[in-house]
Parts: sequence; C-alpha cells; structure tokens
Amino acid sequence: MWEAIRHFGDTYLMWREGPLIWGSDVLILLTIIGIVFALTYLKKWKWLWREWLTTVDHKKIGIMYLVCALLMFFRGGVDALLIRTQLAEPNNHFLDAEHYDQIFTTHGTIMILFMAMPFIFALFNIAVPLQIGARDVAFPYLNAISFWLFFFAAFLFNISFVFGGSPDAGWTSYPPLTELGFDKGPGENYYLVSLLISGIGTLGTGINFIATILKMRAPGMTMMKVPLFSWAVLASSIVILTAFPALNVALALLLFDRLFGAHFFTIAQGGNPMMFINLFWVWGHPEVYIVVLVAFGVYSEVVATFSRKEIFGYKSMVASLMAITVIGDLTWVHHFFTMGAGPDVNSFFAVSTMAVGIPTGVKMFNWLFTMYRGRIRLTLPMLWTLAFIVCFAIAGATGVMLAAAPADYQYHNSYFLVAHFHQALIGGVVFGMLAGMYYWWPKMFGFQLDERIGRWAFWLFNIGFYVCFMPQYALGFMGMQRRMYTYPADLGWGTLNFISTIGAYIMGLGFLFIVVQVLYSIKYGKRDVTGDIWDARTLEWSLPSPVPHYNFAVIPHVTDRDMWATLKEQGRTGELRPAASDIRPIHMPNNSARPFLLGVCFFFAGLGFVFEWYVLAALALLGVAVCLLARSFELHDEHDLSADEIRRTEALSGRL
Amino acid sequence: MDRRKTRRRAGQAGLLAVAMAVLLSGCSPEYMVLHPVGPVGRQELHLIMLSTVLVLIVIVPVFLLMFYIVWRYRDKPDNKAQYQPHWAHSKVLEFVWWGIPIVVVGILGAATVKTTYALVKPPENNVKPLTVEVVSLDWKWLFLYPDQHVATVNYCKIPTGVPVQFELTSDAPMNSFWVPQLGGQEYTMPGMSMRLWLQADEAGTYYGHGANFTGEGFAHDQFRVVAVGDENFNSWVQQTKQSYPALTQAGYAKLKKPSVMGEATYSAFPKGLFNATVWADGGQYMPGMFKDVPGGKPDKGMSDQGMSDGM
Repeated sequence: MWEAIRHFGDTYLMWREGPLIWGSDVLILLTIIGIVFALTYLKKWKWLWREWLTTVDHKKIGIMYLVCALLMFFRGGVDALLIRTQLAEPNNHFLDAEHYDQIFTTHGTIMILFMAMPFIFALFNIAVPLQIGARDVAFPYLNAISFWLFFFAAFLFNISFVFGGSPDAGWTSYPPLTELGFDKGPGENYYLVSLLISGIGTLGTGINFIATILKMRAPGMTMMKVPLFSWAVLASSIVILTAFPALNVALALLLFDRLFGAHFFTIAQGGNPMMFINLFWVWGHPEVYIVVLVAFGVYSEVVATFSRKEIFGYKSMVASLMAITVIGDLTWVHHFFTMGAGPDVNSFFAVSTMAVGIPTGVKMFNWLFTMYRGRIRLTLPMLWTLAFIVCFAIAGATGVMLAAAPADYQYHNSYFLVAHFHQALIGGVVFGMLAGMYYWWPKMFGFQLDERIGRWAFWLFNIGFYVCFMPQYALGFMGMQRRMYTYPADLGWGTLNFISTIGAYIMGLGFLFIVVQVLYSIKYGKRDVTGDIWDARTLEWSLPSPVPHYNFAVIPHVTDRDMWATLKEQGRTGELRPAASDIRPIHMPNNSARPFLLGVCFFFAGLGFVFEWYVLAALALLGVAVCLLARSFELHDEHDLSADEIRRTEALSGRL
Repeated sequence: MDRRKTRRRAGQAGLLAVAMAVLLSGCSPEYMVLHPVGPVGRQELHLIMLSTVLVLIVIVPVFLLMFYIVWRYRDKPDNKAQYQPHWAHSKVLEFVWWGIPIVVVGILGAATVKTTYALVKPPENNVKPLTVEVVSLDWKWLFLYPDQHVATVNYCKIPTGVPVQFELTSDAPMNSFWVPQLGGQEYTMPGMSMRLWLQADEAGTYYGHGANFTGEGFAHDQFRVVAVGDENFNSWVQQTKQSYPALTQAGYAKLKKPSVMGEATYSAFPKGLFNATVWADGGQYMPGMFKDVPGGKPDKGMSDQGMSDGM
C-alpha cells in the first residue's frame, strides 16, 4: 500500500522534483479549498449550478470566458516572469533546463490558446448578439458546449505541470522532437489532447457566429449596416473554419504516432515531419489573424465612439478585413523560409506576407482619420487603442522586415522574432482585448472600471512592454536564439536581458493594478444607470446595463449604420423603447447540464489518452456518446417567457 | 490634467532613452548580424537596412499624424478645431493610403526576390568552393570534409575568401545551422540534405549555434567557425591527418548519443557517412534527395556501411 502511494507520488505527482512543484501543489490546494469554502459559506452552490454551469445565455457564457481568460493571463504571465527571471543574468540556475523548457512551452500555448482565444470569445459572446439586435446566438446549446470544451481542455492542460509533467517541446511542437523517440512521457500528450478538445469547441464557436451574423440580424440591418466589430467577428470566424481543421488533423495524426505507433511524421519510416509543420502553420499563421481581427473590430468601435464620429471609410474597413481573411491564409510558409523550400516558394510567400501589410496599413489610416475632425475623449478604451496604434505599427514594420526572406534567415529563431510576435500579439491582441473589456464592462456588469487605477495599469503595462521587448530586438541582432534556458557571459547579452526582465516585472505590476482596479470598482466603480455610459453608437447601448436575459423586449428595426447615434442625434431614442402593447411572449432556450457534463466526459477521455489509460478513455467516450444521444431525443428544449414577466422586467429598469 | 501630461512626458522620455540606448549600442561589434564578415551576411544586412528605411517611411508619419490628431482634436470645451461628425469618406485620401503601402511592398518585394535568388548561388564564381558536410547531433555539431577527409566536432575551420557549400542534415531532432556573422541560417533535418552557401572574407573566430530548439541540451549547442588563410587551412588539414585519431562507425555511434561535449578533431571518417546518414534517417523515401549521385541515391556500399552500426 505504502509502496503504491510512493510510486504514484513519484511518477504522477513528481514529488521528487523539488520546490517548484511543491509550491504549485500548495497553491492549487489552497485555491480549491478557498473556492469550496467560499461557495459553501455563502450558500452559492445552487446559484453556481443554476445561473452559470448550466446556462446557455450568451452574456453569461461571455462572462465565464472573460474570467477564464483573465485567470489564464495570470498563469501565462507567471510563466513569463519565471522565464525572464531565469534569463536575467548569464549562467543562471534559478530554473533547470527541464523546467524551463516546460514553462516556455506552457507560456506560449496558454497565451495563444487558453488566453487569447477565450478572450476573443468573451467579446464575441458579450457584444455580437446585442450589436446586431438578436436575442441570443444562433445555437445557444452549442455555444455552451464550446465553452465547456474549452474550459475542461484548459483545465487538463494546466494540471499537467503538477500531474505527470508539462509538454516541453515548444508551443509549435515540431516532430521529430515530439515523436516518441525523443520525447517520452505524458507531457506532449497533454498538449495534443487538450488542444484537440478545445479545437473542437473553437470550431463550434466559429460555426455559431457565422450563422448568428448571417442569419440573426435585426430586420433592416443589411450587411453594409453591420457594426465593424461584428464584421470582424465574422471575418475571424471564417478564418477559424478554414484554419482550425488543419490544426486538429495535425494534432490527431501526431497523437496516433505517439499512442498507436503510426508513422505520419516519422521520416525514418517513410512519414514526413514537414507535413506537420505545414499543417501546423496553415493553422498557426491564420490564428494570428483570428485573434487580431477581433481586436481590429474593437478598435473600430472604440475609435468611433470616443471621437464622437462615424468610422472613416467603412467600406474600406470591410474590404480590408476580408482581404486580410483571404491573404492571411496564404502566408504560412514564412514561418519556415529556412527549411530549404527553394527561391520560388520563398519569393511567393515573402511577397504574400508583405501584402498583408497593405490592408492593415489602410485600417491604420482609417482609424487615424476617424479621429481627425472628431472630439477625442481619452478614456481607458481609447488609451489602449492609441497605445495599440503605436505598438502595432512597429509590430507591422518588423513583420514586413521579417517577411523579406533572406533577412529572415538572420532573424529566424532569434530574439528579434520573439520581440516581433510579442509586439504583434500584445500590442495588437492584448491591448485590443483590454480595450474591449473596459469598453463593454459596464454593459456586462452595470458599473464602470475605475479610470484612475486603470491609468496606472495602462502606463505601467505600456512602459513595461517597451522596456521588456525593445532590448529583445537588439538581442536578436546579437545572435541570441529563442528557447535557450541559459547563456554564457562572454557574448555581451547580460545587460539587455537584465533590462528586459525589469520590463517584464513592470508589466506584471501593471496586471496587478488591473486586478486591484476590478476589485475596487466592484464596490466603488461608477454605476451605469443609463445603459449608455460612453455615449456610444451601436444598438447594445440602447439597452439597460446589465442587459435583461432576453436582450430586446421588442426586436428593433434598423435603418442606419450607427443606429443608436443617429437616433440620439435626431432625438428619437424613444423609438427603441418597447411599447407595452408590442411586447409578445419570447421563446427562450432551456438551461442544460449536458454541455457541462460533456465537458467533464471529454476531460476524463483526455486524461485517459494522456496516460494511455484506455479503460478510462473508453468509459468517458461512452459518456460523450450518451450525452449526444440524449440531446437528439430532447424534443422540448425551450420555454416561453410571458409578456407579463417581460413587462415587469422592463418596467423595473424604467423603460416602460 | 497637467499631472497626467507630465507623467506621459516622463514615459515618453523614458522610452526614447531606451530606444536610443538600443540604437546607439548597435555600433558595437557584439551585434553580430550588423557586422557581417562575408558576402552572404552583407547581402542580408543590405536587405535589412533597405526594409528598415522603407518601413520607417510609413510608420514615422503615422506616429506624427497620430500625436498631432490627438492633440488637435481633444474633447475640451474650448477646443476650436473643426468638428465634422459625419465626415467619413474621401476617395482621394483612401487612394493615397491604399497606394503608399502597395508601392512600399512593391519595392521591398522586388529586392527580396532578387536577394532570395542570389543566395542560392555561390557568392564567388572564380574560386573553387569548399564543401563541408554538417550533421547536427544531440547536442553537438559534426563537420565532415569530404574532399579533405578530415572531420571535427563543435568547430569548423574554413579558408577565407573561399565560398563554402555547407550540406546540412541532422541525425537527431531538427536543428538550424546559424553563424550570424557569416550569414543567415538553414535547418538541418533528418533524412534530408539541405544546402547553404557562406563565405568569410576576414580571418577570425565566429560564433555559431544551433538555432532550433532540440531539447534539454539545446542551450549548450554552440560551435565555432574559424576562418584562416588558404595556406593555414591546408597545413591544418595536413596536420590533422597526421596527429589525430580517425572517427570510426563505433565512434560515430557514441557521438550520436545525447550529450554535451567540447571540441574534437579526427583524421578520417567512414566514407559516405553523410549520405548514409541521410539515407537511413529517411532519405530513402525522398525521391531525388541525392542530386550528385546518378539515380538520386547513394551507391549500395555507402549506405550499407553507414547503416551497419551507425544507426
């Protein structure tokens, strides 16, 4: 018995690996105890189950995505600080190679797939149905499934560090390094399985929002009247549908290689690792556009609102979104110019990559000229947008520099590249997500996040960013490769690395200020009593904050692009208030426990595949099948909300 | 308001200081990419410079424009600047900013294509090139000189002024062969033979490192390229042949095992080791992988020898 426990402890809980693991164990335990205690003490278990775990309401799903994204931002950020601490000085022994490799792998994977993705999905869910005048997304039940698949995939990925070991081959996971021959153990399986599970959920979200935007718009809202954020979500969803299948296929095939001895990517047996690399980047590059297009959408809303002006060149904006969608799918080879593709192929992909800069540049100018002759209010969303313009212009510039294939032979795998993609993803995506969070926060929760603390966060994060990443461009020119866990002292890399580490800590401090800001504002934040706290332009701001769960008591008829702004200008806002006689009962989808249970089943199936415990995997997959079957026999999955109840709710918010 | 302004100014000044420090320090020789010692690195640096100038032409005006607009059109009661909430179209302006990036991409694209094609040719046509076969191992670099019949580990001696054709493969996970001062990198991949031209014009010792992550020992995957005069190079070859042991199949099998090690020198190595390694690691499934050999595959003897105990 004792022996068995010790074996389990050594193999799966990795008790011998030292304080890093023990510390994580303690933190996780404390968190779980804290959550359980709080829920029990406050008698919130039932509330949690009814209001959140079983909900199919897009607004609540959006909030859950947001909470997860912020938590994952924290986890990925801690990884980043560990990395930077290790690199602060030459020949450092803060982390050993094994832990360092695991941490940079989880940092990258979490930030892209478990932070950026849920963050954009949070905004998809929170804003899109309200912007286009819909009562929910096209498939609310599927929406809940997507969320729970993401949630349990993220959970599975996160426990790897303390249960069996994290993946350690980089977030790009190239074979042959990730084949069994070089990488035994469950770590890499964790990566493959959890990304597969969340990938299925992501595809669901992509389909859901394409259907929602194409089919659920309020009457009168033609495509050329759709707000630019919703256009951006449509573009992003299209890219999801073209790109994610490639990732899922690549992951599944590599999993077959590892678990069942297939040889899709083992070249010594006639497979081809280049196939993985191509599939990975056929997804991987468009993935950048999946996240950044949504951020572009946020900027378009924010710039127009806080310049009190129509967006400049709306048609150009839509055209450039679509151009990026198409061209973005044709640039993936620039991730491996240095793998001997030959000058023809390299030339094509160099030029196609530079070409993405054209529509992106157009968007930049259109944002600037939206502000031109406007009236600019420097609120938090606007500050982050301006910071984005500066940061992303530099990211775009270094991106074009990287696109010049022969120059890339020198940048590839160096810190120049690391600096570039952090600048694109932080300056483009994180800034955008934060701008979006600040912008729609009052709509979600009914109060505004404190501006003063927010400014501290803004300046710390921004200054920290440049202090952290500008030296990394220079380190690239000094020949420093990415993913080295330590470096010798004689190459002169020490000073710049030290500066970079200071920058990372300043960014971490900035993040803490955001946490403080949220906590402070829950109690003291300015309450939103009008529903239109920013004096904004689109339909969601015509509703009270927070929005009642049926969204619109009466679906509006849309006649104008910036509908709400136009009505305000012409003093016709009353038209969007429901008349008591117009209110009819509303069909609402029922809550369901099944999406959550499906997530649980996928989690255990995943765990089964990670450790090759096939009995567990089979049982869990059986659970998946039962959930799916039960759904197909569910004949009544919606209920009527009576007109009286709606009238009561509307009257309470003073709209009737 | 004023306090906010000072804070922003302080922030900007800080940024500027950091940027200047980074730019100015670019002059020191530690910036290997900016101090190439051969024609390949120089062509790449030329492209880096051209692209930097071109992108600056676009982004500097964007910055100036942004700061001007934000300053000019702030929402303050006493701001007398024009306010046109419905001014949202201008054909002329939109032509301008679709046009500018197209022109920039056109210029840079042309230069890029030209250099891309140039770099697959030897940098110097009048000098007979040297061939060096490179095998990346976990975590060390093996250099084979097929014409000189010597071999080295973790350092590579080349003559100055002579174009060197590196033929690259890996007998471990993929890696990437990078000597920043000579020029950009190329991957080493198992089962494939890749080519990279480099040339050193000045004698010296140049830092090289595996650039693609290969696992635990990756951080120590360093090597040196030592460029010496022609005479020196030939005498080094002669000396090596006389005073070092030969690399045997058994010795290669030992090298292949994952480890970190210092430098080593060998007076000889098994004939056809490079091609045999490529063949055994999967080259046999890649049609036309062996371009120098009739039929696209190395002769039977070589591969047998290589596979006997090397694998």
